[in-house]
Amino acid sequence: MTDNTAHGPDGEARRDFLYLTTAAVATVGTVAAVWPLIHQMNPARDVLALASTEVDLSAIEIGQSIKVMWRGKPVFVRHRTAEEIAEAKAVPLDDLRDPQPDGERVQKAQWLIMVGVCTHLGCIPLGDAGEYGGWFCPCHASHYDTSGRIRKGPAPENLLIPEYVFLDDTTVKIG
Amino acid sequence: MSDSSMFVRVGKWIDYRMPIFTMMNHAVVIYRTPRNLNYWWNFGSLAGLVLVIQLATGIVLAMHYTPHVEMAFDSTEHIMRDVNYGWLLRYVHANGAAAFFAVVYIHIFRGLYYGSYREPRELLWWLGIFILLAMMATAFMGYVLPWGQMSFWAATVITNLFSAIPLVGTDIVEWMWGGFAVGNPTLQRFYSLHYLLPFVIVALVVLHLWALHRFGSNNPIGIETKGDKDTLPFHPYYTVKDLYGVGVFFIAFFAFVFFAPNYMGHPDNYIPADPLVTPSHIVPEWYFLPFYAILRSATFDVWFLSAKLIGVILMFASILILLALPWLDRSPVRSARFRPVYKYMFWILVTDSIILGIVGGKVPSDPVFSGTDGFQYVHLGQIATLYYFVHFVVFVPLLSRFEQTRPVPTSLSEPVLKSGAGGTA
Amino acid sequence: MGMELGLRTAVAATVLCLATGGVQAAGNAEHPLTEHWSFNGIFGHYDRAEAQRGLQVFLEICAQCHGAKYLRYGDLADLGYDEDQIDAIAAQFEVEDGPDDEGEMFMRAARPTDTFPEPYANEKAAAAMNNGKAPPDLSLMVKARHDGANYIYALMTGYDEPPEELELSDGLTYNPYFPSHQIAMPQPLWGEDVEYADGTETSIEQEARDVVTFLAWASEPGMERRKNMGLKVMLFVLIMTGLFYATKRKVWKDVH
Repeated sequence: MTDNTAHGPDGEARRDFLYLTTAAVATVGTVAAVWPLIHQMNPARDVLALASTEVDLSAIEIGQSIKVMWRGKPVFVRHRTAEEIAEAKAVPLDDLRDPQPDGERVQKAQWLIMVGVCTHLGCIPLGDAGEYGGWFCPCHASHYDTSGRIRKGPAPENLLIPEYVFLDDTTVKIG
Repeated sequence: MSDSSMFVRVGKWIDYRMPIFTMMNHAVVIYRTPRNLNYWWNFGSLAGLVLVIQLATGIVLAMHYTPHVEMAFDSTEHIMRDVNYGWLLRYVHANGAAAFFAVVYIHIFRGLYYGSYREPRELLWWLGIFILLAMMATAFMGYVLPWGQMSFWAATVITNLFSAIPLVGTDIVEWMWGGFAVGNPTLQRFYSLHYLLPFVIVALVVLHLWALHRFGSNNPIGIETKGDKDTLPFHPYYTVKDLYGVGVFFIAFFAFVFFAPNYMGHPDNYIPADPLVTPSHIVPEWYFLPFYAILRSATFDVWFLSAKLIGVILMFASILILLALPWLDRSPVRSARFRPVYKYMFWILVTDSIILGIVGGKVPSDPVFSGTDGFQYVHLGQIATLYYFVHFVVFVPLLSRFEQTRPVPTSLSEPVLKSGAGGTA
Repeated sequence: MGMELGLRTAVAATVLCLATGGVQAAGNAEHPLTEHWSFNGIFGHYDRAEAQRGLQVFLEICAQCHGAKYLRYGDLADLGYDEDQIDAIAAQFEVEDGPDDEGEMFMRAARPTDTFPEPYANEKAAAAMNNGKAPPDLSLMVKARHDGANYIYALMTGYDEPPEELELSDGLTYNPYFPSHQIAMPQPLWGEDVEYADGTETSIEQEARDVVTFLAWASEPGMERRKNMGLKVMLFVLIMTGLFYATKRKVWKDVH
């Protein structure tokens, strides 16, 4: 690369050390400079701030579902009937592709809250449809049961349960 | 061949079919460069660096900016407050524009001093001026985008100038505006063109470097190099020297970005644009001030030419006159180092340009000296404008014919090896 | 040698010109005095106590007429408030939301994600209620005025009896720090306008200082991070340049 004449083994080593250090420092500087250009694409502060939505449950009748927007995606909030709950609890875990007891998917049995996005390729499943009494995704025929678990079709996982907390009996905060 | 690393073998495969590595080697590694360049020759590579910085920050800023009058100012604040590192990207981009002009102006003055525009580098010089014009258009439109008070009113004032063109002036201006005043159509098209022009600049820079490599760089004593004894390979000598220049540049640049990011700017641009309220003083950014002064120096009509039109003509002429320089300057000597009178005139020109810059930022009717009301900044501007043109149109040609130049060395390497100082002016 | 002399001449000329010109305050406004601010300088920071008191002044007095649309209640975490305090502050204010399922807009208590609400429905309403001049948004005011912090402080503390010769226009008040000396905003601070939560004694100067610190933060909440990063960057770049210089000298040693 360079044709600097050698000034003896010690001088040479010292010169290389300088070049090595300089190159290393320059590299660190370049990487540090590039990071902001990449990180700026991550969700901005205002997007992160809109991370939660409050839902009023008082208007939802038994057997009724509503859809709310949360972080840009639909969330199904269903007021389950006693039959739906029983059906969900009765399913043996071995039957499930993504085994999860119903009790793990709800905080209060009558309120099923899940992200309404099919875990296959992201379409929105239709409610009160499909062979398992729950949801049916029209894109590639995934069937979800009364607990939102995948039973038939290509979806690999159950419908996701978002983080939520009951502020009181009729209000839930999602996210 | 069998014990070359994978990289080398793949590299050779590509290079055989498309000699990019050979080209890069010729362009920046073995490329012979005069051995006596001083630090004024660093500013070309600095300009290239700032162009890259502007492109990178500009492209990512464009991911968050909204070019609509209802949202432009808000989206800029969104970038400042919400986008990760948004404040940094914005401040780098805004101060980068200023840095770009600072670096390019020094680069141009270097050319004026050392006669870098002289034959056979006329086309190189012309390409440089086209780059400057493209930079000015880009910067002007970029400044409009945040849609602050200065954005809007600078756009209004400068686009209004074109109405001075006889017969078709008003039509041209309405065509530029996309309406009857600066408004949303104007903002959106400025955004599109502001994104486009930097790539035109890149193309011009490629041509500029191609023209440069035809004859190689000029050098401080202005005589052509004769063979390898007068030159050094670009790498490692000038790669390493350019890197050092980059370091010094970053010290100054980041000092502004991190500790005085709004120093070069105008507070009025933090006020959202209001078409019904004109700011008390409309001033462009500092790098346009000399041209603004020239523009405002035309205060009276001449024959059928309105003062406004004369101002516009003078303003463009102040840049276009540079195109004529290789033919205005016919001195037998290229570099000012051996032209004692031209050297003196050069520094007067620099001072004149600075005076024009100062005048551009003042209220034209303000007195220059607090005692004498008669001598106002507009008058100083008129004198400085006149001098500017006289320098190029009168002094340069006269000097090229009558100047007593100093004897020019016959060889490049001789004075360098003798003095041992090498790199300094 | 010629370069140096020429350079000196050019620099001298510039300095001379700049010296005679000087920076004019807008119009004929009096120059504000330079106060000491915690946020100035390379180690600048926003004094949290001042900023919190300033928030109080802003919310109780300024916000009656001025908006701050780029501030969210949640941003106040930056000033040292915790989640509960922010919820409580936000809940004091109402924002418009909707439409509901009937298509009607409605008012509800503000949440941390809401921006500070506008005091007036629109610009014209704002102007109509305020002597024909809409009170400007204060989110960026410290950056939107030359020497903003000192200017606002001077303005707040500078209200005074108008001089004999001055004929005050209808609806305007005298303030020497405002361009043209006549301002549409009547004196906002009198000295006992708030009762500070931290017990600090109030005065016009104290309230002005505190609200300026708050507004400075509002204009640029990220300033501290910027200067902090700046110190690290400058140190890095100085070291890096030193290394570049040493490398350059080594490479060029045989040539010189």
